[in-house]
Amino acid sequence: MSDSNLFEQQASNRRRSAILVAVFLAFFAWIGFGGDLIFYLQTTSEPSGTGYRHVFPWFGIAATLIAAGMAWYSWRKGPKEILWATGAWELIEPSKPEEMVYVNVVEEMAIASGLPRPSIWVVPDKDPNAFATGTEEKSAHVAVTEGLLTTLNRDELQAVVAHEMAHIRNHDVKLMTLLAALVGVLALIAEGTWRVLWFGGGRRGRAGGGGGGGKKGGGGAAPLVAILLVLWVISIILAPIVSRLLALAVSRKREFLADATAAQFTRNPAALASALRTIEDVVAPTKSIKRGTAHLCIADPLGRRLTHKQGVIANLFGTHPPMGVRIARLKAMAYAQEKTGSIPEEI
Amino acid sequence: MFGTVVLLIVVAVVIGWVISAYNKLIALKGQTENAWKQIDVQLKRRHDLIPNLVESVKGAMEFEKETLEAVIEARNQAVNIQAGAMPTGGVQQLAAAEAALSSALSRLNVVVERYPDLKATTNVGQLQEELTSTENRVSFARQLYNDTATTYNIKQQQFPWNLVAGMAKAEVVELWEITDESERAVPKVDLSMK
Repeated sequence: MSDSNLFEQQASNRRRSAILVAVFLAFFAWIGFGGDLIFYLQTTSEPSGTGYRHVFPWFGIAATLIAAGMAWYSWRKGPKEILWATGAWELIEPSKPEEMVYVNVVEEMAIASGLPRPSIWVVPDKDPNAFATGTEEKSAHVAVTEGLLTTLNRDELQAVVAHEMAHIRNHDVKLMTLLAALVGVLALIAEGTWRVLWFGGGRRGRAGGGGGGGKKGGGGAAPLVAILLVLWVISIILAPIVSRLLALAVSRKREFLADATAAQFTRNPAALASALRTIEDVVAPTKSIKRGTAHLCIADPLGRRLTHKQGVIANLFGTHPPMGVRIARLKAMAYAQEKTGSIPEEI
Repeated sequence: MFGTVVLLIVVAVVIGWVISAYNKLIALKGQTENAWKQIDVQLKRRHDLIPNLVESVKGAMEFEKETLEAVIEARNQAVNIQAGAMPTGGVQQLAAAEAALSSALSRLNVVVERYPDLKATTNVGQLQEELTSTENRVSFARQLYNDTATTYNIKQQQFPWNLVAGMAKAEVVELWEITDESERAVPKVDLSMK
């Protein structure tokens, strides 16, 4: 990748990270202030003095503050949380031969990419996969599974590590880590809401009825309240789905780019093609990697067969571009390298 | 009056440019030296590893004395040249010496492959991995060095930068170029190797 391309990509990632945080905050503000508005409209007909009138938007302020706190926490602790969630351990003193090779290739790729050496982690899982995380270049983390270390040869491992280092250098990891953390939070909230709707439906129904019963001036507000309420609930339910689609859209384009950058680092696109093939041939899903962090990995850890297909559904729901397309692009690069002696920046 | 002001402005602009050009050249020089140091460190590591490897395989390879001697000789020559090599001189000589060492080492590796016990029972396998890694590091560091050195060379020779080059003590540096024909050829990727 040429320098201007790289800076463009880094700037775009910064922009998207900012937008992501803004949308996240806006969503919580809507949930909070929307709730306030509904409550306000419900209680506005209460006679002053005797009943409670919801005037000050406590919910909105609280929700926004909580969201800001969560975004800040995700930024500071996101990488560690992700590593912790996969059960990874840090490789400091390599003892086995394959661990030595792993540490060596990471150091080689640090030289090739001009980045500081990231910390090196191993995920205890038999399925071959790898991911990178971190919010800063100088404190980034690269993690691979034990299965990857045992199934790939040296050149392939180097190619996979190069792919992860490419994500770090393009500043993809910043955005992806943030996304993983925030998507996780939203998923939790949505799950909680489903539960409330399921088990607490009756109680909420009664409260709504009480609001409608206030006849003085409440007649005009009732339909508005209903619409607001429906919108409010829908947005809570849809949030995780939308955010997941966002995560997918964000990660797929980046994979092609990271493949190309990795080929530039190793000068060996064929090795990455072969590594992807090996990873893909192992059908078992990576059990230690959960749904929320899937988009961080080099190959879809959930073992969904979508990565074999092309088309609308695969485009919308696959976290990764079809493996066949990625391998074909890398093989085209290898061919061009063989013919011209230099690797094309993009195919 | 007006003429003096214009003159002063022109002088200020020229001085400002000279200062910034000077600083830019010094920065590029620093970057080039830094990139060179990276290669230097890796080469030292390589040269330190080789005696260990030779020591480990010596006992088992009584009949392959020539191969071992060739490696030791190539290594000693490379060490001598490295001591005097600087970006401004001796880079290509060192590149040639390192290429010779690489080919001597690859011949040794071929021989070692004939002794499966050697790789399994001693730390030879580990040493070979370290050497492979070091060689990779040298070649990746070389890319960085050549890129920065090329930028530095072009900048200091361009007009009007060349007027400041003498002041910044900028000298054209040598690139680490591959002299060996066999190394220039596209490397074959053997993916069956574990």
